[in-house]
Amino acid sequence: MNRAMPRALLTPAVAAIAAISVVPLLITLYYAFVKFSLLEPGDHPFHGGENFYFFFTDNAFLPALQNTFILMFSVMVVTVVGGAALALLINEAFPGRMLVRVLLISPFLIMPAVNALMWKNMLLNPIYGLFAQVSRFLGLTPVDWLSAHPLLSIIMMVAWQWLPFACLIFMTALQSMDREQLEAAGMDGANYLQKLRYLYIPHLWRAVSVVLMIEMIFLLSVFAEIFTTTGGGPGFETTTITFMIYQQALQAYDIGAASAGALFAVLLANIAAFFLMRVIGKNLAK
Amino acid sequence: MKRIAVSALCVGLSCAANPVLAATDLVIATVNNGHMIEMQKLGKFFEQKNPDIKLKWVTLEEAVLRQRMTTDIATKGGQFDLMTIGIYETPIWAKKGWLLPIKTDAAYDIDDLLPTIRDGLSQNGQLYAAPFYGESSMIMYRSDLVKKAGMAINDRPTWDHLRNVAAKIHDPANGVYGICLRGKPGWGDNMALITTIANSYGGQLFDMKWQPQFTSKPWKDAVTMYVDLMKKYGPPGSSSNSFNEVLAMFNEGKCGIWIDATIAASFITDPKQSKVADKVAFAQSPVGVTERGANWLWAWSLAIPKSSKHPDAAQKFINWATSKEYIKLVAKEAGWANVPTGTRKSTYASPEFARAAKFATAEAAALATANLKQSTLPPSPYVGVQYAAIPEFQTIGIAAGQQMTAALLGKVTVDQALATAQQAAEREMRKAGYYK
Repeated sequence: MNRAMPRALLTPAVAAIAAISVVPLLITLYYAFVKFSLLEPGDHPFHGGENFYFFFTDNAFLPALQNTFILMFSVMVVTVVGGAALALLINEAFPGRMLVRVLLISPFLIMPAVNALMWKNMLLNPIYGLFAQVSRFLGLTPVDWLSAHPLLSIIMMVAWQWLPFACLIFMTALQSMDREQLEAAGMDGANYLQKLRYLYIPHLWRAVSVVLMIEMIFLLSVFAEIFTTTGGGPGFETTTITFMIYQQALQAYDIGAASAGALFAVLLANIAAFFLMRVIGKNLAK
Repeated sequence: MKRIAVSALCVGLSCAANPVLAATDLVIATVNNGHMIEMQKLGKFFEQKNPDIKLKWVTLEEAVLRQRMTTDIATKGGQFDLMTIGIYETPIWAKKGWLLPIKTDAAYDIDDLLPTIRDGLSQNGQLYAAPFYGESSMIMYRSDLVKKAGMAINDRPTWDHLRNVAAKIHDPANGVYGICLRGKPGWGDNMALITTIANSYGGQLFDMKWQPQFTSKPWKDAVTMYVDLMKKYGPPGSSSNSFNEVLAMFNEGKCGIWIDATIAASFITDPKQSKVADKVAFAQSPVGVTERGANWLWAWSLAIPKSSKHPDAAQKFINWATSKEYIKLVAKEAGWANVPTGTRKSTYASPEFARAAKFATAEAAALATANLKQSTLPPSPYVGVQYAAIPEFQTIGIAAGQQMTAALLGKVTVDQALATAQQAAEREMRKAGYYK
């Protein structure tokens, strides 16, 4: 069959996808190298590396880099460990399993901003919140979470939202386990911990790599939680690279510096993905 | 099946082609505070008088509103026909030519507008935004608690005296905190208050060479006093409190002293909202070494962007919403205590208003002493009391606000916070080309 015909018919669809994904990147690339502030009308002269220099010499840059990594790493660890534990827990059939599964998945469906506000006002508020009530009941002074431990509060909110996602992936991975192998191991005298180490965890490893990959892409762009609760935190405590980009674009109205920051974030994501692939790939090959 | 499809297509096409008597849709971007919400409710009266205009409201929170409007106006988006902007944006945008001049008729009585506010919203004598509501800041305190402690707060007390009063009435065991102030980071939140404190200590935001002054002695004294005052006699969780949060606390009777926008007075003296409505008294803002800039000036105003699609309809609406008749309309529908104040001399001259609002005299005095052009003891190159009317100020104010909150929480020392704020400010000014 002639190869040109199907290719020609696919061209409009491919062109549309390319336009949506590549064009914004090219525009960002262009803006990163010109002087473009919304507050200064006029043409956009070539600015060289000035935008990058300005973004990197910001006092908030190093703290933001650190916070980004802490946030991503903590949430990934909590969701993978917690998600795997939950999935293993509900692996066996028990009455009400359907309902429990639905309830476990629900936090992921809440909008991030709603999630953040719910935590801020209903749970973490030092006067009216649930945590404060429990502390008072136990005789302790309530902790002002968002002021004393801002990054930890953000990690809690994001981890709570992403735990169901990991749990879901692991649940489906566990469904595909070989039952006969498990029964054989049980008959050979393997206890639960041994089954865990030799059967469950190696099987889940592939699912772990999927979860980590997807979470890394999305956790880098966590924004709504930080914006609605701490606005970058006292000082720079909850400023991340993404939040810095927002600050440059919509607070300082400097599109040039924001684009420079965005390109840096893309680079960061690619580097992290590369290392992750190597680590996971090595383990999978074993 | 084919017949249904064809007839549906015909109906669809005819609907599209039929020019229904289109009413002019006026898209108004506005902030979500009480007076604006009242205006939305009363918009139906305007629509009755002008049946060819339909009002479409886009209500947003202040920071988001500012971003959307600035982005829209800078990119000539034309999304909004009318914008609610503050007295900070007006001179900047008017200078850039982004706003249309406001056309008023004789019945509007433009000379009735309070002079300081009118001046702040005009360029070369031409008004570019019509003030809808104006405010200054003043001390609001619990007269019962202060009297019980055997003390008094008169106009313009020193910060030391105010601190002593707060110490005497501070009673956390019974749920009363000596003084409640804003602590939430933001150039319009905690920085508005802290800048007035710094002004009263003889400080300024920028000196005549546009160098930021955050590390100067007045700022250091002001912020050290503020942090100490809040730590000793303030409520817990101050770092997330702005106007609305402290208002809720004051209404519950948890605060002894509060320094904030004069508009708060109308809420805390309303028995429907406040548990301590009859126990409130007022005084002019405290001083450090000077009265200059000790109380702020702010006005929300309606302006027409150049990219507006319906400028004539917008002019009509502005003339209606900021007129004497509108104020009388609000008085009729919601009561004299709820009219938007701080814009016209005639409101304060009205006996019904004076009767309904206990705070009228204090508010008028505060508004009269807030001067945009002479807001600091040493001469300053900028206009504004609690802000500087330059575009760079917004980022600087936000960064400084974050540092002040960090100092309030004890995460950094006052000196560190001021040094970081100074560095951020210098970077922005250098980038904007004020100096190399």
